[in-house]
Amino acid sequence: MGQDSVRAKVIMSEKNLRVELVAADRSVWSGDAKMVVAKTVEGEIGLLAGHEPMLAILGSGEVRITLPTGESIKATAADGFISVEHDVVTIFAGQAQLA
Amino acid sequence: MGAQLRVYRQKIKSAQTTKKITRAMELISASRIYKAQQRLAAANPYSRAITRAVSAVATFSNIDHPLTTEPKEIRRSAVVIFTSDRGLAGAFSSNVMKESEQLTQLLREQGKDVSYYLVGRKSVGFFSFRKRAAIRSWTGGTDLPVFTTAQEIAEAVVNAFNLGYEDGGVDEIHLVYNKFVSMISQEPQVVRLLPLEIVEGVSKPEANEVFPLYEFEPDASKVLDALLPVYIESRIFNAMLQSAAAEHAARQKAMKSATENADKLIKNYTRLSNSARQSEITQQISEIVGGADALVDTSDKE
Repeated sequence: MGQDSVRAKVIMSEKNLRVELVAADRSVWSGDAKMVVAKTVEGEIGLLAGHEPMLAILGSGEVRITLPTGESIKATAADGFISVEHDVVTIFAGQAQLA
Repeated sequence: MGAQLRVYRQKIKSAQTTKKITRAMELISASRIYKAQQRLAAANPYSRAITRAVSAVATFSNIDHPLTTEPKEIRRSAVVIFTSDRGLAGAFSSNVMKESEQLTQLLREQGKDVSYYLVGRKSVGFFSFRKRAAIRSWTGGTDLPVFTTAQEIAEAVVNAFNLGYEDGGVDEIHLVYNKFVSMISQEPQVVRLLPLEIVEGVSKPEANEVFPLYEFEPDASKVLDALLPVYIESRIFNAMLQSAAAEHAARQKAMKSATENADKLIKNYTRLSNSARQSEITQQISEIVGGADALVDTSDKE
């Protein structure tokens, strides 16, 4: 891998989150995103790149994922968790589907 | 047609019919292995995410949870046995049953009671034939397991784990299932599910250790409370998926050799029926020749 592509990767990871939305029996969606808004048991939470590592219990409800292009994807998730670590957001839920 | 020949023809026909059935089952299983493998792969991201989360809690907090602490004394163990619903899969179910019998013996030698949770009609049959009791059983759908069944099983065993010994609770939980190794190999596995001991390569933190910044919402113990049952669900679901893939692979292998055996039988019976026909013809010829000779003899005398 060339130095340029390494640098490009670093810059990208500063801007974008890598999001994975998985249900118990399949992976629902994965890709890069600007922002993720999800509902935890404590209330809504918005995640941007550079967020501190976190593990939260997901309240059942909507998950909004804003893509780098500005479009947004909506999904519903129930019975799950959301974890953030090194700009990787993993939402894993017993039931999850794209709305 | 002679009686012997008729018997052989009948046997050939029956072997041919059997062969058709076993061949069809072989093909069906072959296509289902693929699907079962895909389901196994599809469920992987979820179980990986959960394992990672559990190890995060274990690494970044110092909570003692009843599900992770080794009880002082283990007096009763639960054994969850995963077999198939249907037979004709070679030694698939009997391998698991054999393994669980060995486990039972081992546990009994250690002075523990054993209570059973059965999955699959074959294990239920095994138990009812021997008039042995099981706490609960789940049948139907072993070849296409669904997550809700895994949740039910997890709920039942975790509830039993949380109960005291006097109320019929258990102190540890084992899973016995067939692991899908490859198309031609399935291995019976015994896994101790509870209390949890291994969280992938993580050593338990000291009680007063300071942790790197890691946020838990609402707090670490609540997250762990919610996470562990889910982790158990996903382990059980994984066992069911493994077992399903292994079942199809075992059935395909068994049906393949059944088809080959049927071929061999057909060949042998065809040979036998040919020689039976030949000897029938030989006999008829010698009868005719003998009859003609006798006629010639009598006409000569006249």
